[in-house]
Amino acid sequence: MSTQGKTDKSSVLSEHTRRELDHWIAKFPSGRQRSACIAGLRAAQEQNNGYLTPELMDAVAEYLQLPPIQVYEVASFYSMFETHPCGRHHVSICTNISCWLNGGDELVAHAENKLGIRTNQSTPDGRIFLKREEECLAACNGAPMMMVDHDFHENLTPEKLDAILDALK
Amino acid sequence: MADDLVNIEVDGVAIKAKKGEMLIRATDAAGAYVPRFCYHEKLSIAANCRMCLVEIEKAPKPMPACATPVAEGMKVFTKSPRAIGAQRATMEFLLINHPLDCPICDQGGECELQDLAVGFGRDASRYDERKRSVQDENLGPLIATDMTRCIQCTRCVRFTQEIAGIQELGMIGRGENVKVRTYIESTVNHELSGNVIDLCPVGALVSKPYRFSARAWEMSSTALISPHDPVGTNLFAHTLRGKLMRVVPRENEAINETWIADRDRFSYEGIYAADRLQQPMVRRGGEWVETDWESALLQAAEGLKARAADSGVLVSSCATLEELYLAQRLARGLGTNNVDHRLRQRDFRDQAADPVFPGLGMPVADVDALDALLVIGSHLRREAPILAHRLRKAGRRGAQVSFLNPAQFPYLFPVQSYRVAGAAEMVAELAAVLGAAASATGKAVPAHLAGIVGGAQVGEAHRAIAQSLLSGEKRAVWLGALAGRHARFADLRSLAAALAALTGAKLGRIAEGGNAAGAYLAGAIPHREPGAVAVQHPGLSARDMLGTALRAYLLVGGIEPSVDALDPESVRTLGKAELVVAITPFASPEMKAVAHVLLPMCSFAETSGTYVNCSGTWQSQQGAAAPVGAARPGWKILRVLGNLLNLPGFEYQSSEEVLAEVRARCASVVPAGYQGSHAVSAAGAAEPGTLVDVPMYQSDAVVRRAPSLQRTREGRAPAVAY
Repeated sequence: MSTQGKTDKSSVLSEHTRRELDHWIAKFPSGRQRSACIAGLRAAQEQNNGYLTPELMDAVAEYLQLPPIQVYEVASFYSMFETHPCGRHHVSICTNISCWLNGGDELVAHAENKLGIRTNQSTPDGRIFLKREEECLAACNGAPMMMVDHDFHENLTPEKLDAILDALK
Repeated sequence: MADDLVNIEVDGVAIKAKKGEMLIRATDAAGAYVPRFCYHEKLSIAANCRMCLVEIEKAPKPMPACATPVAEGMKVFTKSPRAIGAQRATMEFLLINHPLDCPICDQGGECELQDLAVGFGRDASRYDERKRSVQDENLGPLIATDMTRCIQCTRCVRFTQEIAGIQELGMIGRGENVKVRTYIESTVNHELSGNVIDLCPVGALVSKPYRFSARAWEMSSTALISPHDPVGTNLFAHTLRGKLMRVVPRENEAINETWIADRDRFSYEGIYAADRLQQPMVRRGGEWVETDWESALLQAAEGLKARAADSGVLVSSCATLEELYLAQRLARGLGTNNVDHRLRQRDFRDQAADPVFPGLGMPVADVDALDALLVIGSHLRREAPILAHRLRKAGRRGAQVSFLNPAQFPYLFPVQSYRVAGAAEMVAELAAVLGAAASATGKAVPAHLAGIVGGAQVGEAHRAIAQSLLSGEKRAVWLGALAGRHARFADLRSLAAALAALTGAKLGRIAEGGNAAGAYLAGAIPHREPGAVAVQHPGLSARDMLGTALRAYLLVGGIEPSVDALDPESVRTLGKAELVVAITPFASPEMKAVAHVLLPMCSFAETSGTYVNCSGTWQSQQGAAAPVGAARPGWKILRVLGNLLNLPGFEYQSSEEVLAEVRARCASVVPAGYQGSHAVSAAGAAEPGTLVDVPMYQSDAVVRRAPSLQRTREGRAPAVAY
């Protein structure tokens, strides 16, 4: 890796994101800072209301001394990272086998009707982003379930779904 | 030795394989072909195409040969029903999304997927779902993309990361949505980037300039040598009815491996430039008129004969050995030693001590194995991309590489020390390194350098460089092309030679053009005849010839003085001459303004000839393309000029005869290095702004005319002077 010509792209990272990055870099042997990429992207996404911009990814790349493309690869691979503007609350309704058998598809349709958007879209007020598709989140005993930001909600009914979505600020 | 080998059996044949090597190498060595897409000998193992699945006894399922290490007693079946079944299944998967557009695909006819589909594909697809399509990306003026054809082998991704050293391509997305992209559409800028075209096993990455212009099976292939840098890269020229359509690498492990620089790959466009000289031309009054060869040659010969004693011959350092040799014979036949190819050199004070020819003093392949190196005055990635690649390999292996340069040039490997010193300070900096080396070894600095070293300010960085040159087995000190253009080149070289001698390193030099070594051996220098025989009264150097006007000039090999000599004044000097005869492939307006006779010459791809590279390797080629217009090979033009001047011994029937004569005259040459004791004084600062860093795609007349190269980022870069 070339270490020259370092401009200060990483200045767009917040103090908290930098601290988070330092925390994770320290967990790995020196020279293996690439391992802190996911943690860094997660912090950067949080600081930006739920999605990553090229500037933020470049900043993480520079902070970790990686070619930017390696950071784009990670960000585009994982479904937890959004690389386009989207609502600040990420709502993922599971439609895998257990949830599907218990009405997951109907819940998705209900949410779409209620919010007036399709999956992979955000409400115009920027409040809610309906994730396109969620694979099994390992909570089949509570099917149907969904994840809102980092929280699981299980044994859902349309009424419970309404209450949870309405409570999101 | 026997401990390193294991016994395996491939298709019932017992063979020995190196312990730990991957199965595919053993099967290749045994001649058992295993199909593959992602595996490439020069790249890391990805094992993601799954085409090389083979059956291994006792293994529960087929294994990828590229990622399975050999083991004692392993029994491998590459053609068993199970192996073939796995390979056919992989092919079926690959073809689900690959478009059936072979008739309009540039790769058609030389496509690995097409070839293997014949062997392993079904006659019809079982899938009627929609195929995916992937948006194309603009990777710049050299590489065209058809990303729908991509089979995600990641060879290109691994190339940019591992060989080029700067990862520009990556895999975006996942599962069936994965795509090779730059993510944020950006051009690929590395000087070796064109190699991804050859690496791509399908038609996803193809050559943009060549696109849609020919089919692989229509063309003939001829071996060529690159004339653009002193590495002597091996090329294949592909021609269609005499026209050069494209250039691809010719594998030579000792020189360029399987890679070529973009300059070598795309420069061919330049030979069909609009200002290519089609006919011999003479100037009558202020008008240029086309004429026949006979009268143009006669006019040239008579003019040169009349001004013989006061004439000069300038030859391009990209000319063939035969052209260089005949050009100097012509000059010396005219009775002058005024012959030179060193157009960009400014300092000739110590030329009597020149090595027999400028070079590395080691085989090109040995650069990989260097343990320590100091590079003085070189923008290496521009000057010799293949050397930069090999040096990067050494650096990544742990070699301690240091630079002393007038600016911070990008490098792509860990560097021990990078000293930036303005043109004026380079001599003092080098003296300080020499001083540090002297105190580290306890050896005395040679007397002729004692003064400058005594006054040098030795710092920590100088000591570190000196120390690195004292560690390890294989060590070298290189003077780059920038150092060669330095106003105090003799001083730099004297110090570098002393540093090399003191530390036991090899002194090397990266000269300009593809045949500077050949020029020295052929005697295309004012102070030596062929075979490194010193002349009693050296003639004028290129700089002197272009400084004050002679009565007549002969320019050979497409020289364009204002750019090749880096001094706009040189054109004005030529303008004052009574006669300028240019043997050149091109007739630029500048040339037409000063010349009197223009003789159209074959470009590098149209002539037979020989190049001597920086390791002293002689490589000959046959002409690949048909000459443009009435152009004739340079050696033939010079031969007839020799006849018309009544010079003895100009009866060559072929370039091979010329070559044989050069060989004979070089037979007893011992390749000695620099042998000088040039005293360096502290005074004599270089004038600022005179050390020109020639952009990569401005190096010679052909490259300057290659439009695709000119459109790259490097091609648009202005010349910078320090």
